[in-house]
Amino acid sequence: MKPSPFDYHDPTTIDEALELLRRYGPEAKILAGGQSLIALMNFRLSAPAALIDLNRVAELSYLRQENGTLRFGSMLRQRTIEFSPVVLQRLPLLAEATRLVGHLPTRTRGTIGGSLAHADPAAEYPTVITALDGELVLRGSLGDRVVGAHDFFQGVMSTALGPDEILVEVRLAEAPPNSGCAFEEFSRRHGDFAIVAVAAMVVVDGARYRVARLAAAGVGPTPMRLRAAEEILEREGLSERAINDAATSAAEIVEPAGDLHASADFRRHLTRVLTRRALARATDRARGK
Amino acid sequence: MAEHRKIQLKVNGELREGWTEPRRLLVDFIRDDLALNGTHVGCEHGICGACTVLFNGEAVRSCLMLAVQANGAELLTVEGLAHEGKLHPLQQAFWEHHALQCGFCTPGMLIVALDLLRTTPSPNEEEIRHALSAVLCRCTGYQSIVEAVDAAASRLRPSR
Repeated sequence: MKPSPFDYHDPTTIDEALELLRRYGPEAKILAGGQSLIALMNFRLSAPAALIDLNRVAELSYLRQENGTLRFGSMLRQRTIEFSPVVLQRLPLLAEATRLVGHLPTRTRGTIGGSLAHADPAAEYPTVITALDGELVLRGSLGDRVVGAHDFFQGVMSTALGPDEILVEVRLAEAPPNSGCAFEEFSRRHGDFAIVAVAAMVVVDGARYRVARLAAAGVGPTPMRLRAAEEILEREGLSERAINDAATSAAEIVEPAGDLHASADFRRHLTRVLTRRALARATDRARGK
Repeated sequence: MAEHRKIQLKVNGELREGWTEPRRLLVDFIRDDLALNGTHVGCEHGICGACTVLFNGEAVRSCLMLAVQANGAELLTVEGLAHEGKLHPLQQAFWEHHALQCGFCTPGMLIVALDLLRTTPSPNEEEIRHALSAVLCRCTGYQSIVEAVDAAASRLRPSR
């Protein structure tokens, strides 16, 4: 099928885009990379009265390194992130996850902000942002507000973005020294959304975990931080047993629903297996192996 | 009815223009307005990859873009691969390795492979398979396609 008719605007500044958003209200949709929205419009699952296309807003496409934080303009392409030496070095978890976001041709257009604002519960970027306590900058008529990942994702494809707001920036702290990370996912075909995905980042200090961060996707309406599992690691220290205990705990705290892709039981099983794999790999990397 | 917009773009090195409704997909503009029907329309939701073209030098799904977004852009479609009647090395390798049966996915396979060989000039088999996973072949002919891309890669690599 084809999209139904809409008013099309391609502003070149954020201010113009905000003005258009105010004018149309909830009838308008923001078009970022379009790798989900255009597909939905082709099938008329989405039929907005107006599209506000951000692809010509150059001021939303940047990557800045500031005091240990990486700031991503929301229109930065996934492909740019994939090939960025800075991301590879400073945020290896994001680099690894990016290679699992769709395929090379969809990453050419797809953006970091678009993926986060779309908020698919099984998508990679929301999982990474949740694990790393990322921050999102939302700009609206009243100015900017900064929202943590935990508060941003509110439900299936539902976020804290108000009808007059645009996601303009994503902030992630650089990986600390002595840290290691891993992103594990299971999907039927490469490039599909995950059935279950697990992101892990640990900081190792001798025989203990100074920090452990874990998040899972595909196990609820939003990505989920696995805090009980993190606490087990921080308490028990570096051992295979701690990793197994954390993985068992992860499978207990998630509350997946079964659907035609995978039953709830299978998703719990995947959570345990993928958590164990992610932790083992992240730990090895933190120890320089 | 939304108003039509005039767009100008370069396609396979040639300046082209047309009037289009904003909702027109890039792939439909390429096939129906520019009469370049080598680019195929499969699933229309970004899964099959048959519609893949190079957009400013990078592979994109032309069913997930609007024609108006291509205003001012440079496109390469499968028709632009051969040069003066001579097949592109990738096409030649597909021919030699029997990398197509029905040919429906082939334009997408060729463009994705071209993008891969530009970003990764010496891909290993895993990297080739990873890149080709962007396009679905329903004749189940992946093995020959992987071999063809590998052969083209060694032919295209600057000799040392």
